[in-house]
Amino acid sequence: MMKMTLTSSGLILAALGGAAFAQEEPELVINGEIPITTRAEAPASVEGALPEVISGWEFRSPETQSLEEDDFENPGMIFVDDARAQFDTAMGPDDQACSSCHDTPEDLAGARAVYPKWDEEHGEVQTLEMQVNECLTERMSTDAWEYTSNDMTNMMALLASVSRGMPVNVAIDGPAQSTWEQGKDIYYTRYGQLELACANCHEDNYGNMLRADHLSQGQINGFPAYRLKNAQLNSVHDRFKGCIRDTRAETFEPGSPEFIALELYVASRGNGLSVEGPSVRN
Amino acid sequence: MTHLTRLLAGVALSLSTTAHAADAPAPSDVTYDEYGAVDASLTGEPGDPAEGAKILADRSLGNCVTCHQVSDLADVPFQGEVGPALDGVADRWTEADLRGIVANAKQTFPGTIMPAFYKSDGYIRPGDAFTGAAAEGPLDPLLSAQQIEDVVAYLMTLKES
Ligand code: HEC
Ligand code: HEC
Repeated sequence: MMKMTLTSSGLILAALGGAAFAQEEPELVINGEIPITTRAEAPASVEGALPEVISGWEFRSPETQSLEEDDFENPGMIFVDDARAQFDTAMGPDDQACSSCHDTPEDLAGARAVYPKWDEEHGEVQTLEMQVNECLTERMSTDAWEYTSNDMTNMMALLASVSRGMPVNVAIDGPAQSTWEQGKDIYYTRYGQLELACANCHEDNYGNMLRADHLSQGQINGFPAYRLKNAQLNSVHDRFKGCIRDTRAETFEPGSPEFIALELYVASRGNGLSVEGPSVRN
Repeated sequence: MTHLTRLLAGVALSLSTTAHAADAPAPSDVTYDEYGAVDASLTGEPGDPAEGAKILADRSLGNCVTCHQVSDLADVPFQGEVGPALDGVADRWTEADLRGIVANAKQTFPGTIMPAFYKSDGYIRPGDAFTGAAAEGPLDPLLSAQQIEDVVAYLMTLKES
């Protein structure tokens, strides 16, 4: 009798969302002290489209998941250390370092959680990369970093790491709204010869296997992501590029207006999840 | 001598393939009935089920197992679950139905995620295969007319009753 009840509730769970959700919910706590919200109530940005939002962490194998629980195991943290050194390095004609204005990276805790965001002075939506380049060019009078260069992606990992555990909280109304709408259009456009939109894989089919891949919701709260597959840190726009390329489409470029808009939209779909980068993925 | 014969046989073969490809209707000329079925063989030739099975499994060809499970292809690892399992499809659909579904599933299932394998235009930002660069010039359909027939011939073997 007991056994029957268990089996049938197992079946119901499996039918609802596939194998990932039939298990007990795993819990991510980093270094035993930073609890990470990997599953949150659906934010306004996904009203009607998703019942809840889930970090990509939940879709990975227990071995991959555990690498993120301890900074000594997380290969992405090596790049955080590189960026910490960079943070204190004087650059440009006036010998300014990031630390000349911001003291420590911890002073910038919270920034990752609210970008991309509207920049009043420039009258545009800025990603965190654009903000860093604004500091480099306008405040330090030196050269901008290439959008997905190692320097830039490492700095993204540092800025994410000091915000870990804080809820993603990207604004989608006000002056950012039209950019958000543009990003939403891109998310639902079926690109390429395979005619697939982001939503076909990450909204309609998360939890399902696509050949060897366990499809997640394609959230970006964990970026940059250290991927075991290519053994490096991967930036958000590089990931977008890879996913669009896989539809046999012509991709957009990292840093392009299309990817900036898409980033704002995808970030907002994760409002309420914790900042989790640098994450570990396969 | 034997060499030459083989060589010539090879040439004859590729010539005849070209001839058939020329006879096959262009993707935009294929006629679908109101349910999305395609009655006539695209090549006038019977398909080869063994070739069809390879096309279903091969990543560079149909790669159908990315989305579909097929028990008959149990030795192919990592079969997907985005689409329904194809076991017994020949019991559920006629040959004409299956030809339509493989050629352009959107005619049978409006808005389906399943790609159209015999279609060559009407795409948004079509790429040059998986390079991420823009496509140069007109695109070939994902599968040739004969490959569609091979796949249909294989699907027709998937019977449970
Ligand atoms: C053909 C299917 C497919 C399409 C279409 C697709 N993706 Fe993905 N995506 C994947 C797979 C497979 C992965 C790796 C497994 C996973 O995390 O879902 C992935 C991973 C991701 C990740 C990493 C998530 C993490 O936690 O590490 C992001 C972000 C992402 N996709 C965003 C997008 C966006 C944005 C689009 C549209 C521009 C898109 N994807 C289109 C298949 C797809
Ligand atoms: C990206 C995913 C995807 C790929 C790739 C794909 N399919 Fe499908 N297929 C589907 C989905 C989803 C359905 C169900 C129709 C629907 O409701 O959209 C389907 C339906 C079918 C059906 C009808 C099945 C039934 O039982 O009713 C057949 C037959 C079929 N596909 C064959 C193929 C073949 C053969 C290939 C490769 C040449 C292929 N599919 C590639 C997703 C896919």
